[in-house]
Amino acid sequence: MTDLAALSSFVVAAVGLAVPLGLAALGETVSQRSGVINIGLEGSVIWGALGGALGALAVGPYWGLATGVLAGGLAALVFAGFAVRLGTDQIITGTAVTIGSLGFTGAVFQSRFGATGLALELQTVPAWEVPLLSRIPLLGPAFFDQAVTAYLAYAMVPLLGWFLFRTRWGLALRAAGESPEAAHAAGVPVVRTRMLAAVFGGAMAGLAGAHLSLVHTGTFAENMSAGKGFIAIAVVVLGRWRPWGVFAAALFFGGAEALQFTLQALDADLPYPLFLALPYVLSLAALAGWFGRSRAPEGLALPWPR
Amino acid sequence: MSRGFSITARLRPELVATITATVAVIATLAVAATLLALGGHSPGDAFAALARGAFGTWDRFVSFTLVRATPLLLTGLAVALAFRARVWNIGAEGQLHAGALAGVAVALLLPGAGAVLALPITLLAAAAAGALWASVPAAMKTEMGVGEVITTLLMNFVALFLAQFLVQGPLRESRGVFNQTDEIPAAAHLPALLPDTRLHLGFLFGVVIAVTLWLFLTRTPGGFRIRAAGASVRAAEVSGRFSVTPVIWLSFLASGAIAGLAGWIQIAGVTHRMYEGLSPGWGYTAIAVALLARLHPLAVVVTAIVFGALSAGGGAMQREAGVPEVWVRGIEALVILAVLTADRIVQGMAASRD
Repeated sequence: MTDLAALSSFVVAAVGLAVPLGLAALGETVSQRSGVINIGLEGSVIWGALGGALGALAVGPYWGLATGVLAGGLAALVFAGFAVRLGTDQIITGTAVTIGSLGFTGAVFQSRFGATGLALELQTVPAWEVPLLSRIPLLGPAFFDQAVTAYLAYAMVPLLGWFLFRTRWGLALRAAGESPEAAHAAGVPVVRTRMLAAVFGGAMAGLAGAHLSLVHTGTFAENMSAGKGFIAIAVVVLGRWRPWGVFAAALFFGGAEALQFTLQALDADLPYPLFLALPYVLSLAALAGWFGRSRAPEGLALPWPR
Repeated sequence: MSRGFSITARLRPELVATITATVAVIATLAVAATLLALGGHSPGDAFAALARGAFGTWDRFVSFTLVRATPLLLTGLAVALAFRARVWNIGAEGQLHAGALAGVAVALLLPGAGAVLALPITLLAAAAAGALWASVPAAMKTEMGVGEVITTLLMNFVALFLAQFLVQGPLRESRGVFNQTDEIPAAAHLPALLPDTRLHLGFLFGVVIAVTLWLFLTRTPGGFRIRAAGASVRAAEVSGRFSVTPVIWLSFLASGAIAGLAGWIQIAGVTHRMYEGLSPGWGYTAIAVALLARLHPLAVVVTAIVFGALSAGGGAMQREAGVPEVWVRGIEALVILAVLTADRIVQGMAASRD
């Protein structure tokens, strides 16, 4: 393989791996900005993957994306019902939702497709090649010859940036995350805001899951979320709770993962697990303030009302 | 139900805790039965098969339930101790891996002459590595004010990849076939606790640590400080006139050390080598174990056995009742949600009395 071909396939793989991370992380950014850390995001991803697969089987791949969004949103609604509405501890509730989702998606899958889960073949969502843009050397084929999920992720970046920092609703949402007391005093319905933000985050994670089953693999397998929901939380941290930063961080995490395949393809004897660990170490460094100030919303993980 | 509960039943808050935990378990069984019925399974058959798999014979109970309860007991204690001090350590999974790696590395590198000391040294190494892994989030919390939830979660991933790297590279078995380490020398094996069973000394370690923690929390000034910090950081600093920083450090390091032991004890007692995917997520299930025990160290012994039984009985449930083993994970989640809900209801009743 020539160096250029290797580089080009690396960039394609990096973007492909970054899309589900970016979708889930952008959703989690909104959720965390409202003060809700959803460790159950992994659960939304796996429900999205299964919901997507079932929807695609029943109707078609595009409907599968919609049912994936729905399934991920519903998982987050369960989480938010406990952690926001009832006010249970967010971390523990999220852990429960993740554990339960991995279990129950497996149970549903096995009851539908048998205990061995024979290889399920799904019709995948096709890629749309954007004219002109896809001809940009190196980056074009990676960014602009993708399925609709990738374009949704790109569109979400400026959209969420505008929503969070330029609208009254965004301000209210951030207030609920920084200081629920002050937000409440100012007339922001904190509980409703946080519920909606968490469900939005779950819906995005569901789309990420549907991307895994309907774009990335064309099948469903138990535990196929493989920690993507957890990784998305690290992506939010490294992206400093800002849509553009989160998008860049998702590309970075995707790149670290893609490097593994490229190194294997090149027969390079490099310790790729260390590359996989790198983004997490950098996220920790970012939290420690190595790249300038970075801090979580003040009211993150704190219940309201106390 | 157990000695752990009868000792504490005289204290009213702990009676309440026992009742809420029991109610939560009953509620879980009811919801699980409903879901099983909806899924087209017979709840009665499923629970009976699960119980047979976990408690059916002495050997099932000792060699399966108690063996599987051991890593959950240790990580459950680690989580319970940290949560007592309101240190949200969700990094037990990473600390467990750090301990497993350190124990294996020391056991493999130790010269044969050190045979007598192999166990004490490896146990010490594992505890130290777990504590070291916990010290990063501890330092970030106390020195920089960075919340430990995200940092401990991130450290889990670093540990997992470090483990992958080591078993694929420097610590890979000399045959070079699988991504696993060589078998540790026999001197580093944990001896059997009961003859003719697979139960190893690690379970007893867990029980001893549970009793020690309980005595520490209830009988020593350090334990009082942890409980006070857990009750309210501000109240601890104002009324107790002590800083919570040392308390945070102590809880983090002790919690990490115990979780580190969990990883190495699993290897020394059961697998005798380290490989990728050693833990099926014990560090996370430990949160459920600790929570169901209401963070009480002695009760963790009981709840770890309950979760060990779920794990041991899951296979039997699949074989004998045709219910996929993954249902066990669903039941674990239901237990957590039921306990959280019961808690909120009790809190609500307490608040309405005031």
